[in-house]
Amino acid sequence: MRTYENEISAEEDIAFIAMVCLLIAMFCTFASGGEKKSITIKGSDTMVHLVSDWAEAFMKEDPNVEVAVTGGGSGTGIAALINGTTEICASSRDMKEKEKQQAREKGIETKEVIVARDGIAVVVNPKNPVKELDIQQLAQIYTGAYTKWNQAGGNDKEILVFSRESSSGTYAFFQEHVLKNKDYTPKAKLMPATSAIIESVSTDEDAIGYVGLGYALAAKDKVKIIGVKADANSPAIMPSDETVTSGQYSISRPLYLYLNSKMTADVKAFVDFCLSDAGQEIVKKEGYVTVK
Amino acid sequence: MRYFRKEKIIELFLQWTASLSIVIVICIFVFIFKEAVPFAKHPGLGELFSTRWMPTSPQKESFGLVPLVTGSFVVTVLAMLLTIPFGVGAAVYISELAAPVEREILKPFIEVLAGIPSVVIGFFGLMVLVPFVKSCFGLATGLTAFSGAVLLALMAIPTVTSISEDSLRSVPRSYKEASLALGASRLRTIWRVTVPAALPGIMAAVMLGTGRVIGETMAVMMVTGNAAIITFWPFDSVRTMTATIAAEMGEVAFGSDHYRALFCVGVVLLLATFGLNVAAQKVLSRYRMG
Repeated sequence: MRTYENEISAEEDIAFIAMVCLLIAMFCTFASGGEKKSITIKGSDTMVHLVSDWAEAFMKEDPNVEVAVTGGGSGTGIAALINGTTEICASSRDMKEKEKQQAREKGIETKEVIVARDGIAVVVNPKNPVKELDIQQLAQIYTGAYTKWNQAGGNDKEILVFSRESSSGTYAFFQEHVLKNKDYTPKAKLMPATSAIIESVSTDEDAIGYVGLGYALAAKDKVKIIGVKADANSPAIMPSDETVTSGQYSISRPLYLYLNSKMTADVKAFVDFCLSDAGQEIVKKEGYVTVK
Repeated sequence: MRYFRKEKIIELFLQWTASLSIVIVICIFVFIFKEAVPFAKHPGLGELFSTRWMPTSPQKESFGLVPLVTGSFVVTVLAMLLTIPFGVGAAVYISELAAPVEREILKPFIEVLAGIPSVVIGFFGLMVLVPFVKSCFGLATGLTAFSGAVLLALMAIPTVTSISEDSLRSVPRSYKEASLALGASRLRTIWRVTVPAALPGIMAAVMLGTGRVIGETMAVMMVTGNAAIITFWPFDSVRTMTATIAAEMGEVAFGSDHYRALFCVGVVLLLATFGLNVAAQKVLSRYRMG
């Protein structure tokens, strides 16, 4: 071993030191962040297109601000707002009292802004003869009381119930307003994305699913949107901008942005932009209904 | 002297990198258990044995792991039933029977299959496999445990094949030559001499494949339908433990019962893979001694 000692040159020492320096330098770059002003928005998958469009238009007006938009579901966004990892939460359901309480415990006072309205369309396979259902029947189907289509005016086939995952705002809204807070049937297939529901309903003849109106209209040729009756004796209403605004269509909901009440000027500017004429124009373009 | 000091530093560094995995495993165990333990206090461990998984119910939240455990079990068993014959069969063919040209073509393709990201496989599953399973078996929907198992088999086969093939190739030539010299046919030599000699390696390959199958998330979430029902029928929809964690972890508020319950699912998964590894080690060492 000793014979090698003389062969160790200064060059190798330098190489060794250089390697250590490189490692340190790498840690430093990972540790430090950028300096540009940024807003993060997290939440509803239903709203993600809408919010991205707002973000793009907003960044064009004010290039100094970077707006980062991610989905994940309204529940995810609200949890992120409570945990302080996002500044704005896009949500397709209102915050529960329990969640507001959790936020208060963390010293966050939340502020609610309604920025658009959305209808939830009920979709079935185009081969299904059923054209309309009332809220009662929908509740029976989704709680598992009805298991065959002939109980709701269709064929003698097993009903395949499709729902979103429980982190979705659409899931929570549908449960509250259609199921009247009863539990979904355990047989309901919980799909990770709206597109997966559209895909499954378009291939499975006995399927029923619910999706945001914007998505349903975009997929009109793959799935059939059915009319919804407020109760057994009311007329069936198809979801559309007019019927959602007028309140005739029963399954419609407000879309929210939730913020920390101690917000930065940039966040305030962004919310004001969403409510401005230009912002509401984008709402219309995305297939939702404006708030004004 | 300087040389020895430097060598010492390098040695320490290497030792540290080698022991890092032990530290990480311990950290993961401690962290997961720490987050799961408070569940025993509030809803109580009995809650985990309920048969309903309804973590966000407005009526009554229930956190029964039974449907999730059976879901993972059904998918894993089915996937392994598909993986073992195809994976080991392919390994035997490539290492013992294939002509060199065939081997040159087959091996890279198997490696490419191993490298496809699982979300891509999941997308392929949703668009192609699910409608195929539906029409093939005349089902109402193709979102079944079986579809998930087929996708998982696709992911596990390359692992099983390449490790099995390595161990088949490392069987000494002299074993085969002795068998052939005694008048055994080529196939008889393979099944009676080569495969048994390589069996510990093949079992290790199967165990590793099973590990990948249990832990896989994305592809399974996209094609199994995720309905939390207790079933052992391959053509029912199931909800696996991994898909449950992936789908729900983002949404829970820190410290809630639901959050704790998801960590309990994590503990069960961790114990399952840990048990599997211990069993694999036991089997391997027994085989070597006998």
